[in-house]
Amino acid sequence: MSAVSSQLDALYQEIILDHYKNPLHRGLREPFGAEVHHVNPTCGDEVTLRVHLDDGRVEDVSYQALGCSISQAAASVMADLVIGKPVTEAMAVHQEFLTLMQGKGQVEPDEEVLEDGIAFAGVAKFPARVKCALLPWMAFKDACAQALQTDSLKEDAR
Amino acid sequence: MSLPGLLPELEVIRKDFPILQRTVSEGRPLVYLDSANTSQKPQVVIDAMVDHLERHNANIARAMHTLGAEATEAFEGARDKVAGFIHAPDRHEVVFTKNATEAINLVANALAWARGPLQLGEGDEILITEMEHHSNIVPWQLLAERTGARLRWFGLTDEGQLDLSGIDELINERTRVVSLTWVSNMLGTVNPVADIAARARAQGALVVLDASQAVPQLPVDVDAVGADFVAFTGHKMLGPTGIGVLWGRTAVFEQLPPFLGGGEMIATVTMERSTYAGLPHRFEAGTPPIVEAVGLGAAVDYLRAVGMDAVHAHEQAITAYALEGLASVPGLTVLGPRQATERGGAIAFELAGVHPHDVAQVLDTRGVAVRAGHHCAKPAHARYGVQSSTRMSSYLYTTPAEIDALVESLHYTRDYFKVG
Repeated sequence: MSAVSSQLDALYQEIILDHYKNPLHRGLREPFGAEVHHVNPTCGDEVTLRVHLDDGRVEDVSYQALGCSISQAAASVMADLVIGKPVTEAMAVHQEFLTLMQGKGQVEPDEEVLEDGIAFAGVAKFPARVKCALLPWMAFKDACAQALQTDSLKEDAR
Repeated sequence: MSLPGLLPELEVIRKDFPILQRTVSEGRPLVYLDSANTSQKPQVVIDAMVDHLERHNANIARAMHTLGAEATEAFEGARDKVAGFIHAPDRHEVVFTKNATEAINLVANALAWARGPLQLGEGDEILITEMEHHSNIVPWQLLAERTGARLRWFGLTDEGQLDLSGIDELINERTRVVSLTWVSNMLGTVNPVADIAARARAQGALVVLDASQAVPQLPVDVDAVGADFVAFTGHKMLGPTGIGVLWGRTAVFEQLPPFLGGGEMIATVTMERSTYAGLPHRFEAGTPPIVEAVGLGAAVDYLRAVGMDAVHAHEQAITAYALEGLASVPGLTVLGPRQATERGGAIAFELAGVHPHDVAQVLDTRGVAVRAGHHCAKPAHARYGVQSSTRMSSYLYTTPAEIDALVESLHYTRDYFKVG
């Protein structure tokens, strides 16, 4: 294997390319408690993401994303990871992923928590690409916060 | 390899740019194809700046000592060089700014504050184009918001040219400002700026040209082109960052109110009011980018020594060769004109099945530096239904072998992502 492809392979793990070509949970679905639109202003990548929470659980995450293989694959992996989890647990996974991405390649990922998300460990060594991987995760966090706020407002109104 | 138009002393020129000797990505030679983003700097520019800092550093126009006189002479000498380079009728018409963005904002902001003949209001129109860099869109949107004037624009043809079919309606007696790019940073299109300027001025409109991609590549005569203001930046023409230029016609410049207030732009100051210095100092408040001006002056000397006709011929030869090479890559679509003669040295393209970031990433591991994204021209991308693109851009130090390396790496990229 040449040096070029080994360097590239660290970034473009097979899992990432698979998710890029065959993304999971893609599309925008009903019902949803919040919809957000996040943009990476420097490169133009964008994601529209909806969350449907019910009784403290992530019932569904649906999205439409325009962007590079890393941001697209991140959306697919993330949706697959968090759907069906309690929100608190999903946020813990979010934190774990954030720590991995900000670790400059020094953080050992926990496969128990991140599953396919460990494939992004190599991305942390490419500072310019970290924001690509984080785009859908940041959108998800924002959407959850909005959905929870809406829910609590409804509670208050009762 | 030798192509007609290529600079005969290309290998000698390359030795003038120390950065071109370095390697990247595990020992590969650097193939720098991002010059429309920022150009590399020849040794003479680096040396001129170091020499200034080592031997002549002082503030200008206010230090009554030897170094102050030397620094002032160096700074004003740079102004003379730039004025000569762009054929400015008067050296006082050359105002140093931070960059081209600030130069355009200077005009747009001063117009927002203008009273009298240059004042804009409801019923007036500002005309731009859909191929502008964001720096030639946003300042005019702000001016329109602040004055009530209406912002209009030329659309683009499918071939990447300005759509001039509605020009008689777009340039009319309500048009007060026409601002457009000379050479597009994304489509590469060279616009018929002299014709448009003539029509705009016939209606009494001010003409502003964004020449950021033109001054580095073309012989430029600001007076002959018929503009009122021409903005460009130093770092794309072999100079350092931190210095830009706004050339303006004296008669128009003198009607503009000040932009930034402060030291060096005044005639006298009392606690109640101030009077202002003449051109160009009136628009150069505060300590200017002195060593940057010295570097830009050295860059201008370098470009003049090579000759702008020769620089342009080289750019054309490399661009034609690159268009030919890119056409050999399956699934690759060039945005903008397909003929080198109609365009500058920046070539943006799409590669089917691979996102521009991923293209740029793979190219980087092979030592090839390009830009990926929207190139600060989101409306132009949207016009062609493209979210982002990959852009190669050459300059006077680019070789045909570097274009070969790009093309070969694009084939490799397709293989790596298993497309086609």
